[in-house]
Amino acid sequence: MTAAAADDAPAAFVVELPAFSGPLDLLLALIRDERLDVYDIPIARVAEQFLARVHALPLDDAADYLDLAARLVRIKAQLLLPRGADDELWEDPRAELVRRLLEYQQVREVVDHLEARAESRRDRFARGAVPRRELADEGDVALTLGPVRSAATLAELLSAADRVLRAARAPVVHDVVARALDVPGAIGHVRALLARRAAARWRDVVGDDAEPWQVLSALLALLEMAKLGEVRLAQHGTFGAVEIARGPGDVLALPARDPLETTGEPARAAA
Amino acid sequence: MSPLARLLEAALFASTRAVPEAELLRLDPAADADGVRAALEELRAHYDHPDDGHAVELVEQGGGWQLLTRAEFAEAIERAQLAERPARLSAAALETLAVIAYRQPIGRAEVEEIRGVSVGGVLKTLVERGLVDVIGRAEGLGRPLLYGTTPLFLEQFALRHVAELPRADELAVALRPDLPTP
Repeated sequence: MTAAAADDAPAAFVVELPAFSGPLDLLLALIRDERLDVYDIPIARVAEQFLARVHALPLDDAADYLDLAARLVRIKAQLLLPRGADDELWEDPRAELVRRLLEYQQVREVVDHLEARAESRRDRFARGAVPRRELADEGDVALTLGPVRSAATLAELLSAADRVLRAARAPVVHDVVARALDVPGAIGHVRALLARRAAARWRDVVGDDAEPWQVLSALLALLEMAKLGEVRLAQHGTFGAVEIARGPGDVLALPARDPLETTGEPARAAA
Repeated sequence: MSPLARLLEAALFASTRAVPEAELLRLDPAADADGVRAALEELRAHYDHPDDGHAVELVEQGGGWQLLTRAEFAEAIERAQLAERPARLSAAALETLAVIAYRQPIGRAEVEEIRGVSVGGVLKTLVERGLVDVIGRAEGLGRPLLYGTTPLFLEQFALRHVAELPRADELAVALRPDLPTP
């Protein structure tokens, strides 16, 4: 596992084998191992060795390295192009690479410096030093009795708040109380309507101020009755008024009261 | 010890963080900056006395003064589980931290350019550990976040301020041939 993988891993557990922290680190190591002059890098050789090392890396980690590998190959190609001896505009294609390498080398030296400082600092505890890791572990929110650490940083507070918020389930914000559909009631209503007149319209069944549950109940009731042959539905023209008439099936031939006794399941599921 | 030195000792003992000099100055209305300086020196000499020294030392770091236990006791204290040394940072994290310390305020893309790898995960870790924080936004496309080091960074690396890090021209840069060879 190389640094590239460590980059993505969470902070808790970082294993760093004596690998390279990045492509520039690898390139510097090659230059150092081969005792090459950084200002006159034999690109062909270095590119070849670089690629050989990249091949040995796990595929996931190789992505960051391939970018530099591609640059090396390009520089190699540029160096192969013929140029006139008096071409003053010619710029060494390696110059940019050298600049980056030197910059990166500086970073490495600062890292050594920081590492030494941190190492000596780690051995000295301040008052109320770092709390035990287990207590501050992620997952559950540790409640400790005793003196409260007051020197929490903003980042600590934010991550603590984040943990609390994630631990507490979000309250149900929108609670819809389902109003049960009343299909049998609607069927009764339609029957009563058709007992008085031969045909009715949708408007007669559902009033203007009907609530959605009433509209749905009426719709299901009509469909159910049409299926059983109790009513006949007809619509003359698109978007025309729906005419409801007594159907071929006689009311008396149907089960006395509630046709939904047998076919109630779909209606309830729809509710 | 002088009364002021004793007062400073009590204040530093009571505080869990490094105390800036300006805050120490507020402890005693009669004290001036030179007086506090002298009293701090007195306290330090008291702790560091060759024959009768203390197990703690007075350290100036992280933008203030702080009492720290001496390194020789770290092992025993940690073994007894009274305190724990902070986890070491990975090489990737240290590199990222170094780049930010020198180039702050700096955006993520520039850090990646210098290090040659993507740094999203490391950056997040450093922010979570409180060593790095967002300190602004750059002008320009997407207004990327700019990062800088925090007081905790100074504290954990025993620095008084960022300028205490070696300057770029002081770095050896082993590869630089134009340096005079000793």
